[in-house]
Amino acid sequence: MTKTNAMTRKERWEFFWERNRKSDGYLLKKKIARFIFCVCRAVLVFGLCFLILQPLLNKVSVSFMEEIDLYDSTVISVPRHFSVSAYSMAWKMLEGAKTFWTSFYVSFLVAVAQIVSCTLVGYGFARFKFPLKNFWFACVILLIVVPPQTIITPLYLYFTDFDIFGIIGLFHGGKGVKLLGGMTPYILMCLGCAGFKSGLYIYLLRQHFRNEPKELEEAAYVDGCSRMRTFVQILLPGATPILTSCFLFSFVWQWTDVYYSQIFFSNAYGWILVTNRLSSLVDRLDGYYKSIYGQSYQIASAYGQQVLSTAVLMSLIPLILIYVLAQKNFVESLSQTGIKG
Amino acid sequence: MAEQAVKAVKKKKQKNLAKGNAIAGYLFISPFIIGFLLFMVYPLAQSLYMSFCTVSPVSGQGFEFVWSGLTHYRYIFRTDPKYVRLLLEELEKMALYVPSILVFSFFMSILLNQEFKGRTFVRAVYFLPVILSSGVMIGLETNNALLSSMQDLVKDSDNGTSITATLESILLQGETGNSFFETIIRVVNEVYNIAIASGIQIIIFLSGLQTISPSMYEAATIEGCTAWESFWKITFPMISSLILVNVIYTIVDFFTKSDSEFMKMINDNLLKDFNYGRSSAMSWVYFVIIMAILGIVSLIISKRVYYYD
Repeated sequence: MTKTNAMTRKERWEFFWERNRKSDGYLLKKKIARFIFCVCRAVLVFGLCFLILQPLLNKVSVSFMEEIDLYDSTVISVPRHFSVSAYSMAWKMLEGAKTFWTSFYVSFLVAVAQIVSCTLVGYGFARFKFPLKNFWFACVILLIVVPPQTIITPLYLYFTDFDIFGIIGLFHGGKGVKLLGGMTPYILMCLGCAGFKSGLYIYLLRQHFRNEPKELEEAAYVDGCSRMRTFVQILLPGATPILTSCFLFSFVWQWTDVYYSQIFFSNAYGWILVTNRLSSLVDRLDGYYKSIYGQSYQIASAYGQQVLSTAVLMSLIPLILIYVLAQKNFVESLSQTGIKG
Repeated sequence: MAEQAVKAVKKKKQKNLAKGNAIAGYLFISPFIIGFLLFMVYPLAQSLYMSFCTVSPVSGQGFEFVWSGLTHYRYIFRTDPKYVRLLLEELEKMALYVPSILVFSFFMSILLNQEFKGRTFVRAVYFLPVILSSGVMIGLETNNALLSSMQDLVKDSDNGTSITATLESILLQGETGNSFFETIIRVVNEVYNIAIASGIQIIIFLSGLQTISPSMYEAATIEGCTAWESFWKITFPMISSLILVNVIYTIVDFFTKSDSEFMKMINDNLLKDFNYGRSSAMSWVYFVIIMAILGIVSLIISKRVYYYD
């Protein structure tokens, strides 16, 4: 290797041909095959990258157009009349600051609740031997598998009249408490590891704790450390990367979740999340213009779509920021948990 | 509480350590047990019960359950014009999607495991849909009545002068193998959906590929093994256990995503028609079918899985 590095370009060229001649043309064939393979791979890999990014880029370019550009068939991706009016309109329709704050608050609390309970449970499954352990772990798998649609109906009724085995009823005049319409039911579910994708976090965290060396805890026990203290002081600090990525997953998935938000945080109750706002955005825009120009006014659907896609883009900006900052953490902590079948 | 358990262990001897461990274990997983019973078992049981009942709201007193036997099940299978059709469509889509996602993610993870410039960037991009999908990006644009009418308009005004459409018509002119080509064309048309649904699977396969020690390949190459052979003899068996994980993950992910037309129908029954019994029956049939498919698939695959250690 050092020999080839020291040579000039011409010498290297001649040396290559000499080696090629000695190997009966095999070297050249192999080099060419390698080159073609690299080109094909690059085209495929980066082409698919473009495919994934394209809708996002498209949204970005549309969001900077003025309304007139939308009807101009010569304008495809670069706006002719650059403007940020779509942004201000989308912000107004989303009631930006308030909605974003609510969404942030809810996602944050949900993520904290989910991670706290899932970490405890994951650690319990990873390190302790207790009867019926396999049975309970099968239940975790069941938790992952059951589609939320199956249980959402009873849950909906359940929380309108919430009561744990009639205990609350004793203090509340025989009737349960109406919990639906606030944060409480969903936070309760997350604390009970039954939130959105909780089973997955339990699985990942268990996998992580299983791979930690046992000697760590044994040393702590010998020194007279309690189980809880060992967990908090010895094992948790080491689990920071996987905890962070589970937390971010939970935050991000709650932020983009439509289904649970629709059930638990609908407009009628005053808890309006970004996703709730987005799903009614065009109708609100329509109503806004009707209130200005009278009932007969109809907004152009292209304009509606532009404002909607701008609003979607705005709601994704926090997520993209998080992802850019924590990208390495996401990908690597997931691939290092050593998932096994 | 765990401290108490530790004190007890100190007083007594080794025999009680196991007991203390069991108690501590149960304490650690107690949030899960409580949550599972309250928010999973109870609702599941009630939903099963509801599917055999007619549920009607009573003013001021919640709901009344009247036993009605198999009425809802009979309705959804015999009378409902949409249910069976949508269910079959969903299953057909699954049969197409799951293998394509698996092949795609396996292939991509092998490519991404090689060294090339910009690898970190590419990995980040492939994983991006995991963060951004689930509803907001995909579901919204079609959800809206106003916009969907416009999309139809756009489709109608499209003159069909695209290369893919021409290619499609040429391929379909042949007499034989039409259904085969149709399937292939469907997969190609869906490549965007497949790409954005395979983020997690790619990561899982990648993590598996990275655990295979390079010395195995080295030994194989020295013995005269070609790349093709070492792929089938080393790579494939070594990550076959992850194939099982990925198959299950993909199936579950496919069935529980909430933006399909089928889910919309169940939701409409619940939130618009307030027909609780029927929507429970619908989702129970769905649930049982998913469990059956998962069971069969994992049984078939787990027999062929090779475990290295």
